[in-house]
Amino acid sequence: MSLRDPDAFYQALVRLHDGLDAEESQRLNARLILLLAAQIDDERVLHEVLRLTSDMPR
Amino acid sequence: MNMAWIPYGLSPDTGTESTVYGWHYDAMDHYPVVIVGAGPVGLAAARDLGLQGIRSLVLDEDHQVSTGSRAICWSKRTLEIFDRLGCADPFMRKGVTWNTGKVFFGDRREPVYSFDLLPDKEQAFPAFVNLQQYYAETYLIEAVSRTPLAELHWQSRVCSVRQFPQHVEVEVDTPKGRYTVTADYVIAADGCRSRVRGMLGLEFTGEVFQDHFLIADIRMQAQRPAERWFWFDPPFARGQSALLHKQPDELWRLDFQLGWNIDREAELQPQRVANRVRRMLGEDVAFELEWTSIYTFQCRQLERFLHGRVIFAGDSAHLVSPFGARGANGGIQDADNLCWKLALVLKGVSPRALLETYDRERVLAARENVLHSSRSTDFITPKTAASRAFRDATLQLASHNPFIRRFVNSGRLSTPAHFPDSPLNATDSDVVEGALQPGSPATDAPCAEGWFLPHLHGGFACVVFDDTAQGVPAGVKLVRLPADGKLATDMGAVPGTCLLFRPDQHLLGRWHQFDAVRVRNALAHCLKGGTLA
Repeated sequence: MSLRDPDAFYQALVRLHDGLDAEESQRLNARLILLLAAQIDDERVLHEVLRLTSDMPR
Repeated sequence: MNMAWIPYGLSPDTGTESTVYGWHYDAMDHYPVVIVGAGPVGLAAARDLGLQGIRSLVLDEDHQVSTGSRAICWSKRTLEIFDRLGCADPFMRKGVTWNTGKVFFGDRREPVYSFDLLPDKEQAFPAFVNLQQYYAETYLIEAVSRTPLAELHWQSRVCSVRQFPQHVEVEVDTPKGRYTVTADYVIAADGCRSRVRGMLGLEFTGEVFQDHFLIADIRMQAQRPAERWFWFDPPFARGQSALLHKQPDELWRLDFQLGWNIDREAELQPQRVANRVRRMLGEDVAFELEWTSIYTFQCRQLERFLHGRVIFAGDSAHLVSPFGARGANGGIQDADNLCWKLALVLKGVSPRALLETYDRERVLAARENVLHSSRSTDFITPKTAASRAFRDATLQLASHNPFIRRFVNSGRLSTPAHFPDSPLNATDSDVVEGALQPGSPATDAPCAEGWFLPHLHGGFACVVFDDTAQGVPAGVKLVRLPADGKLATDMGAVPGTCLLFRPDQHLLGRWHQFDAVRVRNALAHCLKGGTLA
């Protein structure tokens, strides 16, 4: 719960995709995911997040 | 050996021509082992069995060594096996040694990253030696011809294999007619389109990758380092990959990714290939096209390698995409694992359960090779838009991000398999963290009289550090070494440490102190097939 301004981050995240088509967005997301994974840098946590994601309904 | 060969045509030096073998011989009625296929794996098996006193007959339907551009990269472990078989020297003399790989992306002149496949240089053999398969086979044939118990028959096509409780009947077709030979065991080393596999009706399951690669062997005088270079999306081949290897005789092996929907005939046009080469290496580079072909790749394996008295090894048992150099190397390691076990069974020392451990261990190794090769291939040929997005993102970010750099996968190059859960491993080893573990292949290190690994040649070996150990069981070689230097560190050895090795240099058991009873028990455990007995 460390965000002082959650809305600002949320908006920035969505804004990253301004002007991009679906394919470009997918490619941007791939870069974003890899960079975030690099920041986390913890194998157990990373696999746990993957598991949580895949357990959700589409 | 009662074979006469007639050399005609040119020697392997010119690349595509090769020594052609005729044949004049009589086959005996029965052999302990019939080996189908005189490729690297079949030849290594014949040599290995012969060194252990087992007679074999190698049958090949062709009349010459392989042609074209096939296996190139012979790994350190394979070279160590060849050294045990007494045929590594010509590989080292003729082959091109390399340890470094570089991966390039897009327009950047600097590699995304470089990797050193042999961080530990204090070993007899390098990470890889590049050598054309026809040379490798030629050297193995020479070794077989020096092996009194090995026979090699060309133009001999196996047309049926019939199993009985105590033997196998093999029908052989030759230009002079058919004959039948019997064997205690058959090694099917007859490659990716194995006839024997087909005869037994075995399923060979896996996946085909929807892609093509163009191979070009070119002859070129070039002052380039002996490094494996791999390109993703280079200027000379936008949206595709390319690979470059140095070979002997000023031959360079180039691979160009073509994609799935291609016009094969058009792509093989010499002019078109030459244009690709010039775009890759420079407009004014002088070269000759020696060989071109197009290949697809797949990863497949048999569920079991042992079927009654028929044993599969090499490509007949498992297929991998080539980017990790795990094909021929995996096959040679199959033969290394198999032959000492087969010899013991044939000599009546061990029960069939020991052969079952070949199946257990090498099926595992093949799965590992298939896994690594498939992952590399998915990176080189992404199957979905999402996969491609991650692949491209990885390449874009790798230069500046060490975490992401590790995802770059142009091939995880061949390393030997480890068997920590092998049924053969001694059940009472002392645990030593960070040192050579039971089931792992011995690693090399400098030794008083040269290198460590040759001390383990010739059968089971009991290595004891700084001890006056006595009473190793019969059939086990005792090797006493000082507990100092890199060797002791690698092995996690202190004075008194005792290591028992299999004939294929995988560790069977390790103890803090030599104990004749423990060594004897560990050996007996192994000889009876371990926990599979």
